[in-house]
Amino acid sequence: MTEPLLRMSLIGKRFPGVQALDNAGLEVLPGEIHALLGENGAGKSTLIKILSGAQQPDSGTIEFAGQNVTMTSPHDAQRRGIVTIYQEFTLAPNMTIAENVFIGREPGPGVFVDWRKMAAETKKITARLGLQLRPMSIVRELRVAEQQMVEIARALSMKSQLIVMDEPTSALSSTEVEKLFRIVRDLKAQGLSIIFVTHRLEEVMQICDRYTVLRDGRLIGSGAVADATIQGIIRLIVGREVNALFARRERASIGGVVLRVEGLTRLGNAQDQNATVLANVGLEVHRGEILGIAGLVGAGRTEMARAVFGADPFDSGRVVIDGREVRIRSPQDAIRHGIGLVPEDRKQQALFLALAVRTNLSMASHKQLTRWGLFIDEVAERAMVEEYRKKLNIRMASPEQIIAGLSGGNQQKVTLARWLALGPKVLIVDEPTRGIDIGAKVEVHNLLFELARSGIAVIAISSELPEVLAISDRIVTMREGRVTGEIMSEEANEEILMSMMTLNTKAA
Amino acid sequence: MTQDPPSDTQTPARIDIIGFLARFAPLIFLIVLMTGFALYEPRFLTPLNLFNVLRQVSIYGLLAVGMTFVILTAGIDLSIGSLVAFAGLVAAAVSKGGISNRFTVGAGQEAASYGWYLAALAAIAVGLIGGFVQGFAITRLKVPPFVVTLGGMSAFRGAALLFAAGGPISGFEPSFVWMGQGRILGQLPVPVVIFLTFAVLAHIVLRYTRYGRQVYAVGGNPEAARLSGLNVRTVTTSVYVIMGFFAGLGAFVLSARLNSAEAVAGTGYELTVIASVVIGGTSLFGGVGTIFGTVIGTILIGVLLNGLVLMNVSAYIQQIIIGIIIVLAVAFDTFAKSRRRTG
Repeated sequence: MTEPLLRMSLIGKRFPGVQALDNAGLEVLPGEIHALLGENGAGKSTLIKILSGAQQPDSGTIEFAGQNVTMTSPHDAQRRGIVTIYQEFTLAPNMTIAENVFIGREPGPGVFVDWRKMAAETKKITARLGLQLRPMSIVRELRVAEQQMVEIARALSMKSQLIVMDEPTSALSSTEVEKLFRIVRDLKAQGLSIIFVTHRLEEVMQICDRYTVLRDGRLIGSGAVADATIQGIIRLIVGREVNALFARRERASIGGVVLRVEGLTRLGNAQDQNATVLANVGLEVHRGEILGIAGLVGAGRTEMARAVFGADPFDSGRVVIDGREVRIRSPQDAIRHGIGLVPEDRKQQALFLALAVRTNLSMASHKQLTRWGLFIDEVAERAMVEEYRKKLNIRMASPEQIIAGLSGGNQQKVTLARWLALGPKVLIVDEPTRGIDIGAKVEVHNLLFELARSGIAVIAISSELPEVLAISDRIVTMREGRVTGEIMSEEANEEILMSMMTLNTKAA
Repeated sequence: MTQDPPSDTQTPARIDIIGFLARFAPLIFLIVLMTGFALYEPRFLTPLNLFNVLRQVSIYGLLAVGMTFVILTAGIDLSIGSLVAFAGLVAAAVSKGGISNRFTVGAGQEAASYGWYLAALAAIAVGLIGGFVQGFAITRLKVPPFVVTLGGMSAFRGAALLFAAGGPISGFEPSFVWMGQGRILGQLPVPVVIFLTFAVLAHIVLRYTRYGRQVYAVGGNPEAARLSGLNVRTVTTSVYVIMGFFAGLGAFVLSARLNSAEAVAGTGYELTVIASVVIGGTSLFGGVGTIFGTVIGTILIGVLLNGLVLMNVSAYIQQIIIGIIIVLAVAFDTFAKSRRRTG
């Protein structure tokens, strides 16, 4: 067997009040793609931070390229050939691609920058990645997938031997994921090793050679992907059987139409006047139904949801609730008409990270909690929090805990509870399980089923096709701001959905 | 569920230490400072001196209470010193019986003098209007608060200079002067009572009302606030109106205490006031802070200046010390914020 490129063994790391890592380990062979797996809180991020030099371990050893090493800083790790690409990119958005690739290492005489050389080198590296990006483009104007490529280009320019990618596919559409995988395989062929941190096990089966599973900060198991099954890996990750995982649900009894959207159109945005964000979108949802919306990133799913909720303006179209046309020009209007929205980006759009769980949960319910038109009735508020803590199994130390300290799954439950407390007729959930661990995903799915059963019309947007298939009664697909098809979920599978999502609308 | 991630149950302990420090650091610092001064200079801990400190800080304190609302929304108001000068002059003129009588010498007996309450109302009205105009510019014209209130700083000062036409307005009727110089029960200076009363009111508003929740929400995450159905523009405008109210009230009390109003009054107040709020633990990033902290921060600055005076430290060095403390307070805030992020 070949000597591993990286061997981390018996790594321990303690934060005040929590043992984040306890005998964690990781071995990566030269020229392999290695999956690092585990639930949120399992210790993956901490292990990666230690590997990248951002944090120091309390105990354990790291061998890299046959030497015992201590990574004192990210810069030190990069010098040795270990580069980490975090989920949240570390690019300077207002600078060019070339500047970002060579940031801190600009070529040139003395204090001056040799722009020509920098651009030429950048071009060479991006060509190696099979990309056609102009080195002088401003990073802010690139799409997320392209920005990720710039990160990879930067890693390559540092002559790295090991690239760590933290959830690289979470913000990409499936075509972009394919492209990323092609590049990753290329890098592997060039002899680099890649550590792939992900929640998506299908991707592990598709691209990784070996895997390592962490649970509660410990090394639980590792092996060759070829010898493993998804069910087997899930068992390692959660330490229990998850039979319910993505199981299709029993169909609830579905009632009349609650929300109907007709001819929803939103013309170009500030950057591109020609782009049509939403073109004549029409759909309807019934009482007790879960309507899935599938589509690639940029298909207009989120934009549709935001327009219906009044978060973004639209140019024409009608929103009809219970047979009556309503005027929605702000989230306040939407809420008054019984529509709720759980937005796609929890931290940026839903949570008040510095505030308590209690305050976060009741944020949309101030009206019903107000006494004498002025004061918040905190007794009623606490009762509300307690009610939803029980109903949704929200795990927290106390209602006064700052919400930043909760896991992603529990934060998402609080966000859901915020809307449930209002008793909405229609609840739109945008990527309801993004970035939360498998156990919590199942809980969120079950919760959506229960909401539908209680008579709420649910619109669920998800980029994960197995999820859309599992939770929806009916699925509408979108592409480039248009609805491209509609199908009952029993009749659908991933292939059918994928072809509907990528269908040329003009032919349809 | 058996698979509770350990972070769920463990992080609160860590957060609480930081939370505790963030909340009580100013108070601890104040106690240490007072103990130090008391040991060094016996005159410091006399009731007379302590009431003096409170009286000196009460106008800064009123302004700092208003500024807390603004900073909680991640805003800033640099115009308050100028607004205080302008509102003070208007109050003075009203007290003197109108613009044409404003330079009449004496306590206004000769002229048709109005009572203190009309003067107070006039000052507050000026403050409210000034605050509303700035809030409107920030929320509707989408100009950053820093720029709008920098403009206001210049414009209100100009208005004050124009209004004063060069000279101070002084010599008010006794009931007006009492609001600034009088004592209740022979002990409590009136400005201190006004300051603490409004601090308590503001505390109740921020802590217990629906509006207070909205201020924290808008400051903590405006987008999430909007998507939760809050009217972000109205809330944002309102904090500048509240700031304006306190600027007007502060201007009234200041004129009464000095028995005079002049166009250069309030110069540099914005710095001391922002410092008081920030030292009191309110985050410049918005969404975090309390009136209690602001009151402590205000008193802290007052005690510091008073103690340094008693120790014969030069006014120039005092300014240097205040400057350093502001930077340290913000550094602490940034540190606390980074802990909240990772927590």
